[in-house]
Parts: sequence; structure tokens; C-alpha cells
Amino acid sequence: MTRSKDEIAAAVAADIPTGAYVNLGIGQPTTVADHLDVGHGVVLHTENGMLGMGRAAVGDEVDPDLTNAGKVPVVETPGCSYFHHADSFAMMRGGHLDVCVLGAFQVSVAGDLANWHTGAPDAIPAVGGAMDLAIGARSVFVMMTLFAKDGTPKLVPELTYPVTGLGCVDRVYTDHATFALADGAVTVVETFGSTADELADRLGLELRTP
Amino acid sequence: MRARVCDSADEAVADVADGATVLVGGFGLAGMPFTLIDALIRRGARDLTVVSNNAGNADVGLAALLAAGQVRKVVCSFPRQSDSYVFDGLYRDGRIELEVVPQGNLAERMRAAGAGIGAFFTPTGAGTMLAEGKETREIDGRLHVLESPIRGDVALIAAHTADTAGNLVYRKTARNFGPVMATAAATTIAEVRDVVEPGQIDPEVVVTPGIYVDRLVRVEAGDRA
Repeated sequence: MTRSKDEIAAAVAADIPTGAYVNLGIGQPTTVADHLDVGHGVVLHTENGMLGMGRAAVGDEVDPDLTNAGKVPVVETPGCSYFHHADSFAMMRGGHLDVCVLGAFQVSVAGDLANWHTGAPDAIPAVGGAMDLAIGARSVFVMMTLFAKDGTPKLVPELTYPVTGLGCVDRVYTDHATFALADGAVTVVETFGSTADELADRLGLELRTP
Repeated sequence: MRARVCDSADEAVADVADGATVLVGGFGLAGMPFTLIDALIRRGARDLTVVSNNAGNADVGLAALLAAGQVRKVVCSFPRQSDSYVFDGLYRDGRIELEVVPQGNLAERMRAAGAGIGAFFTPTGAGTMLAEGKETREIDGRLHVLESPIRGDVALIAAHTADTAGNLVYRKTARNFGPVMATAAATTIAEVRDVVEPGQIDPEVVVTPGIYVDRLVRVEAGDRA
């Protein structure tokens, strides 16, 4: 059996160390927060100027002055702090975040990331903080399906989508397997529903096993 | 020069000229200077370059300024959103220019302008299409891109409280680009919910010192229309 999105999120959460400063990208990565134990001491960073971001706000808690990067109202946690945008991105670009979790269109064996633009001529490009996170966080985790809807692999020898960052991805969590990327080689950490050899065939890649 | 408290938002933006570069605070709707933008629409200045994180949401604030046809170019990190239909329409019709800038570069380019820095090298964007045509250099084994400052003729920002010396404090994540933009424009105009006397804001909590603020306009919390 392959992993569900929820199981992928749980696997990412399990690999985030106690006390880490973490940025969760918009979309699927946000769901990692549901699996982080508060007692775990993980501190969430949001690019729009907050450390110690809490869960989504409900009812009377909603405050238009307090949102996450996806513009969703959130709440404070004890010990949180606010700062302006240049400081927020200095944290990201200066290597102060321990982990960021991002979605992706493609990841290459060299750890190159494509997640901001499909390259389609009619698409309106929008990058947000993706390029800053990709190059700035100490560890970059990607969550994605291993294959596109048409069956095309998303873990590839070389990117065909526009680059977000070069050589930046450390781990890739997918429905079929978790991969560790280092020095241009891909190591299969664990698989779900198929063997490492079967995945190597489908991907057309050389995969190492630990 | 010390900050001046204006009687109205119209008075505050009365000299914004055609062709001006306008830095507009806010991240989505949080921290957006709605009252000043509405005054700028009434002022009717055209051919503007707007620098902001987004390119307007729904029909209010920055989106209303775009809809009024007053903006020639948008410089932003994330134009496309679920409710950015005003910008999307103008862009697809070829009626507005777009420069997409990684969000950290957007903030740092304005910080550089405010701090008198001529240009800076950053790894953000290196090897991507957003670095095409830009000078690059390998520093400590890593590819960096040369980025230049973004200066505004005017910055329109929203803060929570000001004193009459122009010192500003913000509220929660509505702070976002305000303090950076305040430093980067020739004229900075802040709309605030409250204006107090000097000494009534604890100097330890001032976020934007008054030296960066030229004009203040008090707005009611409910003024966001």
C-alpha cells in the first residue's frame, strides 16, 4: 500500500527534531502542523513576520491582523514574537531556520527544486518566499506524490520545470517512498507498496539502499 | 523633517505625482493602508509603479487602485491568488507590467535603499529565470546574484499607533513590510488608528522611529470599507 497524504505529513513531522525552528510552506506542508506534538517544542515560523505561530483561528479568535503565509487567520502561542519582513527573511536567508517543508513539481537527483512556476505560457508567475526558503533553511524537506497524474516521475535526473533553487533538497517524502538526497545520489530510506528495485525501474534512476 | 499630522488622507497624498513609484504596505489585506489608497484613487495620479507583496485582493485597497487604471507596473512577489482577479484580468489583457521578485529580495532591496546600500549579492534566485541578465558571483563556493535597491517616491503604510513625533508601533502580523518601506521612500505616509502625544509610546517598543515618517493620518478602525 502506498502512503496517504496524512501519513506523509506524519512521517515528515516525525523527522523534525525537538526544539526545531520550522517553516511549513503553503498547501500540503501546512498539514504537518497537525502531527507536531506541542510538547515537542517545535517553533513555527511564518514568513509574514512571526515565530511561535499557533493553529488556525476559529470563531472570535479571528483577527485580520494575525494571519499565516496563506493569509489564513491563526492564533498566538506563548513565547511568540513579531518582526518585520526584512527580519523575517533574514532569518530564512541567514540559515537560522532548522527545517522548511515545501511542496514540489519536481526534484532532481542533485537536489534541485522546482515548485514555483509551471512554465506554461499563460501562467502568471508568482514566487513568494519559495526561493528564499529553498536556499536558506538548513534542511529542506519536500512532500509530493512521486508521480504526476499522467504517471510521469517527479523525482528526475534533471529538472524540466523552472528552477526554484539548486542543490537545496535534503529529503523527499512521497506516497511510494522516502528518499534522502546527498552528493548527487538518491538513497531510499523506506518504501510503501513496492520495492526499491521496482521504484528504480519506474523512475529510471539509480537508487541506493541504506 | 518632523512628521506632520494631516487632517485627511486626501491632504496626505495630494502631491503624489503621475509616474511615481509607490511602495504599498501589507501582506494580503493585513497591514494594507486602505484609507490612503482610497485617497490616492481620488487623487487620480496615473502611470504609477506599485511595489507591494501582492497585486491586490478582491475589489478593495490595492485591487481598487489597479481597477481604476492608475497603475502601469506592479513589482511584487506573489500576484496570483484566489481573489486577485482584478490584476489577473489586466495582466492577461496586456494592460499592466509585472516584475516578479522573490519575497526576501523584495524586502532586502527596499532595506538596502533605506540603508544607503548600493547593491548586494544573495544566493536567493541564483540559477533561476528571475536572475536572468543579472550579474552573478561565486562566494564561498555558492552562486550569488547581484540585486539592486528599490526606492520609492512615496510609501503608503498602515500602523497601529503613532505619536506626533512620527514614532510608530504596529499590531501583530500587520507589521510586515511597513517598517522596511518606511525607510525606503522619499516621503513616507502612515495611516494609524491612534495618534498620541510624544512620551505616550514607550521608547523601548517603538518599531519605526519617527525620522522615517513624514506624514500621519488618523483613521477609524472601522474605516476599512
